[in-house]
Amino acid sequence: MNAVAVAPSTLAHPRLPRWAPLVVAVAALAVGALLGLILGWGPVAIVLLSGLLYVVALPAWSRVLEGRRAATDRLMTNLVWGAFAVVCVPLLWLLWNVVQKGAPHVTVHFLTTSMRGVFGSMEGGILHAIQGTVIVTLAATVIAVPIGLMTAIYLIEYGRGSRLAKVITFLVDVMTGIPSIVAGLFALSLLVLFFGPAFRAGIGGAIALALLMTPTVVRSAEEMLRLVPSDLREASFALGVPKWRTILKVVMPTAIGGIVTGVVLAISRVIGETAPLLVTAGYNDSMNGNLFSGRMTTLPVYIFNQYKTPGAVPLGAHAADPPGYARAWAAALVLIVIVMILNLIARIIGKIFAPKTGR
Amino acid sequence: MAKSIDVQDLDIFYGDFKAVEGVSMTIKAKSVTAFIGPSGCGKSTFLRSLNRMHEVIPGARVEGKVMVDGMSLYDPIVDPVEVRRRIGMVFQRPNPFPTMSIYENVLAGNRLNNKRMPKSEADDVVEKSLRGANLWNEVKDRLGKPGMGLSGGQQQRLCIARAIAVEPEVLLMDEPCSALDPISTAAVEDLIHDLKSSYTIVIVTHNMQQAARVSDDTGFFNLKAAGKPGHLVEFNPTKQMFTNPDSPDTEAYISGRFG
Repeated sequence: MNAVAVAPSTLAHPRLPRWAPLVVAVAALAVGALLGLILGWGPVAIVLLSGLLYVVALPAWSRVLEGRRAATDRLMTNLVWGAFAVVCVPLLWLLWNVVQKGAPHVTVHFLTTSMRGVFGSMEGGILHAIQGTVIVTLAATVIAVPIGLMTAIYLIEYGRGSRLAKVITFLVDVMTGIPSIVAGLFALSLLVLFFGPAFRAGIGGAIALALLMTPTVVRSAEEMLRLVPSDLREASFALGVPKWRTILKVVMPTAIGGIVTGVVLAISRVIGETAPLLVTAGYNDSMNGNLFSGRMTTLPVYIFNQYKTPGAVPLGAHAADPPGYARAWAAALVLIVIVMILNLIARIIGKIFAPKTGR
Repeated sequence: MAKSIDVQDLDIFYGDFKAVEGVSMTIKAKSVTAFIGPSGCGKSTFLRSLNRMHEVIPGARVEGKVMVDGMSLYDPIVDPVEVRRRIGMVFQRPNPFPTMSIYENVLAGNRLNNKRMPKSEADDVVEKSLRGANLWNEVKDRLGKPGMGLSGGQQQRLCIARAIAVEPEVLLMDEPCSALDPISTAAVEDLIHDLKSSYTIVIVTHNMQQAARVSDDTGFFNLKAAGKPGHLVEFNPTKQMFTNPDSPDTEAYISGRFG
């Protein structure tokens, strides 16, 4: 045997054909279905079994034909994809569930009326809850963003490495872990202190949500400001620009895309809070546009209330569920759509404001 | 309006660490002064102390005098922001502002300081600065495009245009060509020759040919030993420095027989 003949064989190894994963997948599904049907299992068990068979079978075939390294590669690839699928299942399931149960009830009437004077089998609406959610969340943002942003600017631009900065960072970390109901009770006791007991208004909810938002805003803004290269700050200083103006005109614009994204994500984090709003803003059937007086309903609280007091099943109707359940599912769908839109907006804003490279 | 700089017994510190010790020199107006020396000997630190950029680093401070126009830059009544407005700086790595267009980058010094100027005047400043930085012909058709879209050499010349747009009295350059190819380097060197007629220029370089080509005076910095502060070994006209230096250390460094 001469060297020329040996050389290619050390480089070239037998490979599984490109259609191998497909064949294994079909075979795994067939075997899974057969076993499942024989043993009388449901479709979920069959899919799980087939998935498991696939994860094991492809590397086994590969081990025989391709060798150990390729088999390990295929096994790991399968495991990673499997983990991805497992994560996606609950999310898709949840979305499917909410859409299936909520979508039929999301009508123009549902989106444009409140629950004022609604009883029995009358069709209610969520306009007052959407209004409340928008007002309370907006107010929380107005409180939390300036505080959070300025804290982040202090931490990165002024207090770097100082003891005060370390204490603030620690406190922000502690704040991140505050249970939302505690924030709600704090806001309630704050308002009760000023306005007497039994005071319920949207502003209390806004304060509670702002408490929950602030640490998220600080954290994300801090990360974004840290990413701004110090070269840019020095370039600005060297042009004779004062520090505060450098921060305002050079550092902030460079980081603004990430900061806005962080703020919107913080909003979508708190928009689904129920407990703190339940204790501070209360529940109400009518429209209320005044943040400072009167109870104010938000979507999560609305969902909670509809589920808690769903009303009676109308006489003579075949429906098994009371009307409140349908309203709760529909409101949940609307809430998810709002959060999704917010996330989309965050992405678009991040794209628009990202520094342009011109390439 | 170019100014000369008088440095007397300057010590420069990072916290407790003394980085540069006992530097005295006179930098002449409307001339090019180059600093050479091994890495870590304090050339850049010294340069940054000339427009109070050194103190941007936490814990950094200086002792001694830097006199411009008979006024000590480190006098407590002197505003560092005003000093930096008069003494501009170009950095080793090109650093145009990524959020701004070429046009806005050139005007950054004015705009960031909220100086209002009519559009025609702003256009004039941009054209004059870009012509001064030898960049006008390459970018005149795309002034609205982002500054980051230019090549490395063009970005560096854009930074020089930005620095001269505020019409400083002195221009400090910290290894402005170390990230550039020979062609861009030649463009920047030509530019330094042109700028000499109206500005005082101080340049730090690792390239001794460059120092010989562009400068009128040269200062050689060195370390006595690792961990010791850097000091000025010799400060002389460039011609003398490269033909007949006073110090044997300078000759050893220049001729490549260092250490």
